[in-house]
Amino acid sequence: MTTTTTGTRVTKAVGTAHARVEGRDKVTGAARYAGEVPFAGLAYGWMVLSTITRGRVRSVETGAVLEMPGVLTVLHHGNAPRVDIDYVGMLGVPDPTVAVFQHDRVPHAGWPVALVVAETSEQAREAAEALVVHYEEEPHDVTFAGEHPDAYTMPGPGGPAVTGKGDLEAELAASAVVVDAEYSTPEEHHNSMEPHAATALWDGGRLEVVDSNQGTVWVANELANLFSLDPASVRVRSEHVGGGFGSKGVRAHQVAAVMAATVLSRPVRVVMTRRQLFSLAGHRSPTTQRVRLGADAEGRLRALEHSCLSRTSTVYEFIESGAGVARVMYDAPAHHTANRVVRLDVPSPTYMRAPGEAPGSFALESALDELAEKCGIDPIELRVRNEPERGPVSGLPFSTRSLPACFREGARRFGWADRDPRPGLRREGRWLLGTGTAAASFGAGAMPSTAAATAEADGTFTVRISAADIGTGARTALTLVAADALQVPTDRVRVRIGDSDFGPAMIAGGSMGTRSWAWAVTAAAEELRERLALSDGIPPEGITVRSDTTEALGALAQTERHSFGAQFAEVAVDVATGEVRVRRMLGIFAAGRIVNPLTARGQFTGGMIWGISMALHEEAVRDRNTGALYGADLAGYHVATNADVPLVEADWVDDPDPDDPVGIKGIGEIGIVGAAAAIANAVWHATGVRHRSLPIRPDRVLTAGPHA
Amino acid sequence: MAPTPLSTHSAVTLNVNGEKHTLTVDHRTTLLDALRERLDLTGTKKGCDQGQCGACTVLLDDRRAVACLQLAVAAEGREIVTVEGLAEGEQLHPVQQAFLDLDGYQCGYCTPGQICSAVAVIEEHAAGWPSAVTDDVRPEAGPPPLTAEEIRERMSGNLCRCGAYVSIVQAVERAAGIRAQAARTAEGAQTAKGRGAAA
Repeated sequence: MTTTTTGTRVTKAVGTAHARVEGRDKVTGAARYAGEVPFAGLAYGWMVLSTITRGRVRSVETGAVLEMPGVLTVLHHGNAPRVDIDYVGMLGVPDPTVAVFQHDRVPHAGWPVALVVAETSEQAREAAEALVVHYEEEPHDVTFAGEHPDAYTMPGPGGPAVTGKGDLEAELAASAVVVDAEYSTPEEHHNSMEPHAATALWDGGRLEVVDSNQGTVWVANELANLFSLDPASVRVRSEHVGGGFGSKGVRAHQVAAVMAATVLSRPVRVVMTRRQLFSLAGHRSPTTQRVRLGADAEGRLRALEHSCLSRTSTVYEFIESGAGVARVMYDAPAHHTANRVVRLDVPSPTYMRAPGEAPGSFALESALDELAEKCGIDPIELRVRNEPERGPVSGLPFSTRSLPACFREGARRFGWADRDPRPGLRREGRWLLGTGTAAASFGAGAMPSTAAATAEADGTFTVRISAADIGTGARTALTLVAADALQVPTDRVRVRIGDSDFGPAMIAGGSMGTRSWAWAVTAAAEELRERLALSDGIPPEGITVRSDTTEALGALAQTERHSFGAQFAEVAVDVATGEVRVRRMLGIFAAGRIVNPLTARGQFTGGMIWGISMALHEEAVRDRNTGALYGADLAGYHVATNADVPLVEADWVDDPDPDDPVGIKGIGEIGIVGAAAAIANAVWHATGVRHRSLPIRPDRVLTAGPHA
Repeated sequence: MAPTPLSTHSAVTLNVNGEKHTLTVDHRTTLLDALRERLDLTGTKKGCDQGQCGACTVLLDDRRAVACLQLAVAAEGREIVTVEGLAEGEQLHPVQQAFLDLDGYQCGYCTPGQICSAVAVIEEHAAGWPSAVTDDVRPEAGPPPLTAEEIRERMSGNLCRCGAYVSIVQAVERAAGIRAQAARTAEGAQTAKGRGAAA
């Protein structure tokens, strides 16, 4: 037995900048991502996607391909193992898109119709390209433009389809100032830098999957359901994840890899190509939104209506709930919101960084700016005047709401007080200059998780939790949290994540990952510290304590729990070319206790840079004739590059969550919320033109002209 | 008589990080796949496999290149340096250290490409290469100041979807400063040595 003591020193790791604990592995190339873990006897799968948008697969001509060098098998709807999609998983019923090769129907362009497996990736790729598939083509409808007769209301991930109170028309009629505007946002794609990749193998009766995902237990349970396996017989590992943004759950590639590994009895790796991501990894639906605001002469809202129409596939219901933002942000005697969706012959959309809030805040925060202009009130003052006492729809109190503090601090640092509100006045050579602001909010939640904390015989500590670090810095944040709870220096704590064998835990999603995991880690670590205080020493196998936060979370009082923020942007608009350049951005956030300032700043500014990208660059264009995308790659789909991004600064005001053991709220998504609106409002300030459709492309700027 | 070699494969010797590897490769194999699948050098990442993202950036004879657009058979005789070849044992390359200290990344997947690019950018700049945002491109003007704008422009072949650009620029600035300092010190030592010889 080794005797050890945890000491009495109270550490303060939380709140102190700490380089990523896996940073050295990431900068030296030693960190292995899903497609990089070696396996003996590995075979390579290459997916074949449909070249039609709607119809049936008549035949798959496998004969010639099976004769090609190295080809091991071709899986398709005629021979693939069966899977079961009649279950309810963590996020509801599965998207049938994951049930590959189960039938001959093709519901969208880029639908998986076959998997070619070969000894090398070169052989698999050539065979996949040579595979002849005959189709029976049917007419399709992919056109999403404004209204659609088949649109219907649908509840979203975070709330009901429709909310309403008060007489909208009466309040609008009685309003001194009215804004009535339509906004649109395009189809957007996550495009994490690491494409989805999975290797599957059977090992002594257990299914092992090395994957890149946002939750190993989540994916393991989905695979267990799909293949009718005991959940304990499925192990999913995902140590390093090259970005996710909502797209890395259970997807076609894992299912295809498991099928092939089962058929061939050897490890099979399936990696999506960049182009395949555009139909198989999910995306953010385009939206068309209408906002009607009515206010008295002082800018106090009397009427607010926000409706959002988005699009889903014919096989799966997912709604982009853009109209949900107003349920948190602003109150009015007449307050109506509605989210509707229409089913078209397109791939299934999914969660993408701030689903609902990102496009919804663009419309609502642009409309607020229009109202400020019409009322002749400063946009910040307008928002402060409309700060609600309680949740506008729920009537519940806010746990904390520090939006005015964010605006005050942001205005001071950005130099807002000197701003002339009139548009189109500032010129610097060929550039028109302007500044804009917008508010941000995102839900702060936590979900049940389990963790294990072990005091090792050598005096160190190991924490195990099936968390996922998709670039958020979660592994490092949990190290700091555990160190404080154990009251030991961080270098004595090792946090292991990304393994479904570590037990149930929240996924990296909804800005709830780090908060949910930190809660479980704190509970386990604190109990371990108490146990150690009473023990004589540590046996060779260590002392392990497990925690489960289900009960603690169930006891939380019902309140409106959100993070808030104030976004500021300065833009320059080239009147000759129509180019918009963001010159600087500042975001001030009230988003709970900040665990690691170094990585947190990256989360906020990364989100804001997504806002730049959304405002100016990103747009997937669907060809209504073929039903497929134009230029489905990183040359055709523009994401912000280094040269598009100026100095973007983020900071925060003190805003600990009163009910969280660490004070965390969650910071992964709020950075993008309101960012595009701040930029669009700055473009108006520069040019005098409202841009209500994203992205604000040069041709749109030129067509609208300055001072329109 | 020796067996006829497969017409689809060739033996190739790749000089990677100062080490020679002789292997038989499929002619279709890219340098990127040869590094990752044959030499187990997985630090070089595959983000798009079509030359659009920069995640597979390596140094070929000290110049940056995307390994996905380079066939392995065409890389024979070139000096290839990957992210695994930058550190001196435990001592990180200044660019690596700056990315680590300043959090010049998030998920880390574009990072090896960013780091290889940054190493080359700093050398390209020191050698006087202008960029698209350089005002005075005359050779006699010498290297322009390595401003944030210059770094952003020169690093724009490497996409980072996490949006870590702000700290990437800071990391490149810091590493470039360290290199410039080292160059000045070396120059000073050279001058001192020259004076010593003259005296």
